Amino acid sequence: MENLQLIIPELFISIMIMFLLIFGVFKKNSSQLVYNLTTVSLVAALALIINLDTQIQSSLFNNSYNIDSLARFMKILLILSGIFVMLSSSKYVQISKISKIEYPILILCSILGMMVMISSNDLIVFYMGLELQSLALYVLASFNRDNLLSTESGLKYFVLSALSSGLLLYGCSLIYGFSETTNFNQIMVNTKEIEYGLTFGIVFILVGLAFKISAVPFHMWAPDVYQGSPTSVTVFFALLPKIAALTVFIRFLYIPFYELGDQWQMIIIFLSIASMVFGAVAAIGQKNLKRLIAYSSISHMGYALAGLSTGTTQGVQSSITYITIYLVMNLAFFSCLFMLKRNDEYYENIDDLSGLSKNHPLLSLSLLVVLFSLAGIPPLAGFFAKFYIFVSVINEKMYFLAIVGLLATVIAAFYYLRIIKIIYFDPEKEKFETKHNLGLKFTLVASTFFILAYFIYPSGIVDMISQININ
Amino acid sequence: MNFPILSSLILLPTIGALFIFFVRSSNSKYQSSKYVALFITIANFFLSLYLWIVFDKSIIEFQFVEEREWISGFVNYKVGVDGISILFILLTTFITPICVITVNATIKNRLKDFLIAILILETFMIGVFCSLDLVVFYLFFEAGLIPMFLIIGIWGGERRVYSAFKFFLYTLLGSVLMLVAIISIYWITGTTDVIKLYELGIDSKYQNLLWLAFFSSFAVKTPMWPVHTWLPDAHVEAPTAGSVLLAAILLKMAGYGFIRFSLGLFPDASLYFVPLVYTLSLIAIIYTSLVALMQEDMKKLIAYSSVAHMGFVTLGIFTMTQQGIEGSIFQMISHGLVSAALFLCVGVVYDRLHTRLINRYGGLVSIMPKYAIVFMVFTLGALGLPGTSGFIGEFLVLMGAFKKNILVATIASLGVILGAAYMLWLYKRIIFGKLINEDVKKMVDLKRFEIVTLWLLVLPIIFFGFYPEPLINSIEVSVANMIDMNDLNKINKLALGD
Repeated sequence: MENLQLIIPELFISIMIMFLLIFGVFKKNSSQLVYNLTTVSLVAALALIINLDTQIQSSLFNNSYNIDSLARFMKILLILSGIFVMLSSSKYVQISKISKIEYPILILCSILGMMVMISSNDLIVFYMGLELQSLALYVLASFNRDNLLSTESGLKYFVLSALSSGLLLYGCSLIYGFSETTNFNQIMVNTKEIEYGLTFGIVFILVGLAFKISAVPFHMWAPDVYQGSPTSVTVFFALLPKIAALTVFIRFLYIPFYELGDQWQMIIIFLSIASMVFGAVAAIGQKNLKRLIAYSSISHMGYALAGLSTGTTQGVQSSITYITIYLVMNLAFFSCLFMLKRNDEYYENIDDLSGLSKNHPLLSLSLLVVLFSLAGIPPLAGFFAKFYIFVSVINEKMYFLAIVGLLATVIAAFYYLRIIKIIYFDPEKEKFETKHNLGLKFTLVASTFFILAYFIYPSGIVDMISQININ
Repeated sequence: MNFPILSSLILLPTIGALFIFFVRSSNSKYQSSKYVALFITIANFFLSLYLWIVFDKSIIEFQFVEEREWISGFVNYKVGVDGISILFILLTTFITPICVITVNATIKNRLKDFLIAILILETFMIGVFCSLDLVVFYLFFEAGLIPMFLIIGIWGGERRVYSAFKFFLYTLLGSVLMLVAIISIYWITGTTDVIKLYELGIDSKYQNLLWLAFFSSFAVKTPMWPVHTWLPDAHVEAPTAGSVLLAAILLKMAGYGFIRFSLGLFPDASLYFVPLVYTLSLIAIIYTSLVALMQEDMKKLIAYSSVAHMGFVTLGIFTMTQQGIEGSIFQMISHGLVSAALFLCVGVVYDRLHTRLINRYGGLVSIMPKYAIVFMVFTLGALGLPGTSGFIGEFLVLMGAFKKNILVATIASLGVILGAAYMLWLYKRIIFGKLINEDVKKMVDLKRFEIVTLWLLVLPIIFFGFYPEPLINSIEVSVANMIDMNDLNKINKLALGD
């Protein structure tokens, strides 16, 4: 019973899923109502998480489920992003005719899966959470089923993701075979010596995880899925799964296999460098904003992994800081994207932004801030994100990684500047609509303000994150 | 004194920018925003003037130091001034209002945005010159790219996009290595506080690499040959106010950085790399002077002359003599005034004829006599005629150089002659000669606001040419201290048998 008290947020969301499903089926034309109720239940779940005693560090259900500071922080981050995604995309969902009752419920399912992933301390629990979130995401990606691209992206994501899940499961079975347990803490106890099977297991699991956060060379799905999915799903893809996958990365690397650091460190460094460089170079030629942001997020994941590759607590904390700031920046970017609407049609090509600054000075200013921040130019939040990463990387004397990473930021700066150029230097086009719903405006203003004003009090988030202990 | 005067200097322009941003101007020409900007920048100038007056020139230590916790346990927001930085702050606050006055004629669209950009840029520029923490310095140093990128890109000429990108990416590329170096310094010494670093010193085995990392950033920004190519493009395409700020202040950030960080933090490495800097400076002086001689575009010519003048600056700094460093600082201040004035002069004729090609002009002396007079003062200032501030700087630099290396000094002196050649020839081609072109004949002489801005620059150029004492006075102690500190390091090393 005590265990159940600690997972009240998860239980609450599960109950809401079932309730909304029944409610939606019985009440006609209730899709908007269900959508709003979903948002409300996310807020309630957030309140429940915050309400939990912060001092608690416990492992539930035979040590397979962790409620600790890491889980708590990541869940808050997750649900907050979920709320903002719901707020900002509500109008889009209506207009794009994907406003069905299943849509918000699938989002809830996926969030539930991610919460399980975040807390998991056992390979089987982790896999369960992963599949719950992925299955919901497959459907979400192809939710706009009349659209060829959307269907394609759903299918593509499903096939590739199933493959990576298979690899991951195979890795789990190898690890189970060599350590006789699926529990993370037990694995650490049982695997003092390095065996080939174990290394293979680690590699397979890392491949599966790298796929989920779209690190190079397992990124192939990301651009197509980002572009094909409805934008409201793309923003979901860009934010939430990354939080869950990164948390699993941290737990997996730093609990069972911390001692085997030299086995996985090279892999992470490779993933990191490949993602940073590839993401930066491949984004240069893109014409579609969603596709571009896919490459940009690949590159950003590279930086987050760079923090993880250090093998220090400080590195992990810098990665968490990075992902936090990354979330805000992407949220702001997508909010801007949601504002590019004219006659009930959304625009997502870079050329559509041409001369935006003349007709929409405030919107362009936010985009300017967001883009410079994504490029990592001080004094915006994006700079600090990178700064913390490099501080931890250089502390470990990994100069090569640091210099490659910084050079990649220069390459990346080029394509961000290109968008700014189109917004500010190019001739103007037709006006977009200026009326937007309150949720969207609030999301944009809040996130832009966070990015702009972060430098005034940078310690706030760092202090919060430094409370997190990993082991 | 408890009043945070430096932070107010930094913040005031931003507050002005926010004010302009949020307050809607009723008329479409944004006259009121202009007056707000002018008021703010002038207030800032008087504030910095006050700072200069109360500043105690006989003290070695940094003054008006403010320290606040920023990134907890890691970086503190720390600002302060010594005799060197205070001059640059003064230069910044002096040039910015002049830029604001010029927007009248040069900026046709989006005046409000332009003023905001200039004000934000001023914040960053002042921040660079007073920050006493490496991370804070880096922050301001890099942040300046954003407004400058927009100034060139939005209000620039035909090839503005290319120039803006080149400016941004070149500078960013140079700077990222400096960030690696700054973080490394933190891990080597445990602090990024400049004053503490001066006391602690950095182990000489790390110095060379760190020096190179800083050098890569400052060399691009100075700009030194061969990474100077962004400057002519940026200058040519930028609007007048942008060129002025770029030449007068942004370039000086690098020279200031050389003195404050390269010399101050890595004395051994600076000594080690002296031949490299000498070589690059001499190439800059001679080669870019020759290039300047052949330019047909006025702005390009002045841009190349900037590279040559900055060559003198780097040369002077790395002579590591009292005269050399003082001369460099003086040269930077003087060049800040003179190049700003020259770009304004180009702007004056460009606004009338909309071309920068030298051969389209000629014979201006008969129709624009007032213009001819001020332009002559600036030309003579640029070529370093005794009686103008340009002379003092070059003279001191050469004096320092002769002390250390006669060959280098001799070659550098040739640069003075070349400087005279291209400047006088430019003057001859524009001002004298026959009035041939019809449209040139219709040009009108200086308007009132142009007279004000240009004469505001003539006065200090001549004043400091005859009476350099106030400036020299202000930097003397700080420079001497810097040199002492370097010598002290060496003596300590010798004593330790290093």
